[in-house]
Amino acid sequence: MSAALTAARKRLLLDSVGVWVSIIIVGTIFGFTARQASLSLVETSGLSAILFAGAAQFAVVGLLAGGASWAVVVVMVWLLNARHMLYAASIAPHTARLPRSVRARIAFLLTDEAFALTSAHIARLGRIDLPGAWYAGLSVFVPWNLATIAGWLAGAALPDPATIGLDVVFPATMAGIALSLVRDAAAARALAFGSITAIAAALLIDPRAAVLIGGLLGPLAGMIGAPRTGARR
Amino acid sequence: MNPILLRPDLLPLIVLCALGTYAARAIPLLAPGVERLPAPVLAYLRFIGPAALGAIAATAVFIGDTGLRIGPDAVAVGAGALIGRWRASLLIGLLTAVALVVVLRATIAA
Repeated sequence: MSAALTAARKRLLLDSVGVWVSIIIVGTIFGFTARQASLSLVETSGLSAILFAGAAQFAVVGLLAGGASWAVVVVMVWLLNARHMLYAASIAPHTARLPRSVRARIAFLLTDEAFALTSAHIARLGRIDLPGAWYAGLSVFVPWNLATIAGWLAGAALPDPATIGLDVVFPATMAGIALSLVRDAAAARALAFGSITAIAAALLIDPRAAVLIGGLLGPLAGMIGAPRTGARR
Repeated sequence: MNPILLRPDLLPLIVLCALGTYAARAIPLLAPGVERLPAPVLAYLRFIGPAALGAIAATAVFIGDTGLRIGPDAVAVGAGALIGRWRASLLIGLLTAVALVVVLRATIAA
């Protein structure tokens, strides 16, 4: 194993520890929230294991609790998770030589956090590292599902995360990994414009579409003045 | 509450939601020809990571239930991200953000 691969995997491992903190907190809150909305442990775990999409799971619980129809729930989840198409498209050129069956399985694990870990790992190596990609996905899937169960079982015994500052862990994780992906001025422009357009979209259009809009428009700012070759991977 | 209760209508709903979610994640990975994308498309794709993750962080910090929210969270998350980048450690950045937001909230409340 090359020194670069060893160093990149070590960094991936360290980054994943930070992501675990975020996942365990949010997953525990999800389990508790689902119980409050009268979902059983099996139903709550089913959402985490089968749907496996944090924000959308909160939306499902909220909509079900509010008596929304099936159609509304399904459309809302699909819209919320449309941003995952951007994630997959972003790493797709690196996975082209992997067998289709492997790509199909990796796709299931491609959440916000797994994408953050995987794309940072790819940026360090300049290529995909399959064991690293599996690790990134499973290091989200396993703690998310365990935390869901713990949150459902622990229920009201849990403290409010905001009282001890843990409510900033998720945005801090996303911001930290976003900044680690900035290797040049073009990427910095993409980050800044994506963030600003997402805030504007949340205020002017719909908060549920904000990340998708920011993720779609931000890269355009990055491309302005970027080298024409573009594919520095 | 019965922990093993599974309402017959809920499983198909979860599966339907999951199918659309999986399609969004899988279609770009399984589409033929991704290795032959033109350079401008590859350049665009390279910037999706910072743009989308920045968008997630920004909306989580700046958008509240009633609109724009500017407070200690933004300072803590921004400072944590910068320190994490400087120290090349996400964990240090997270710890900084958590410590800072606790201090700032206590200061504001005092």
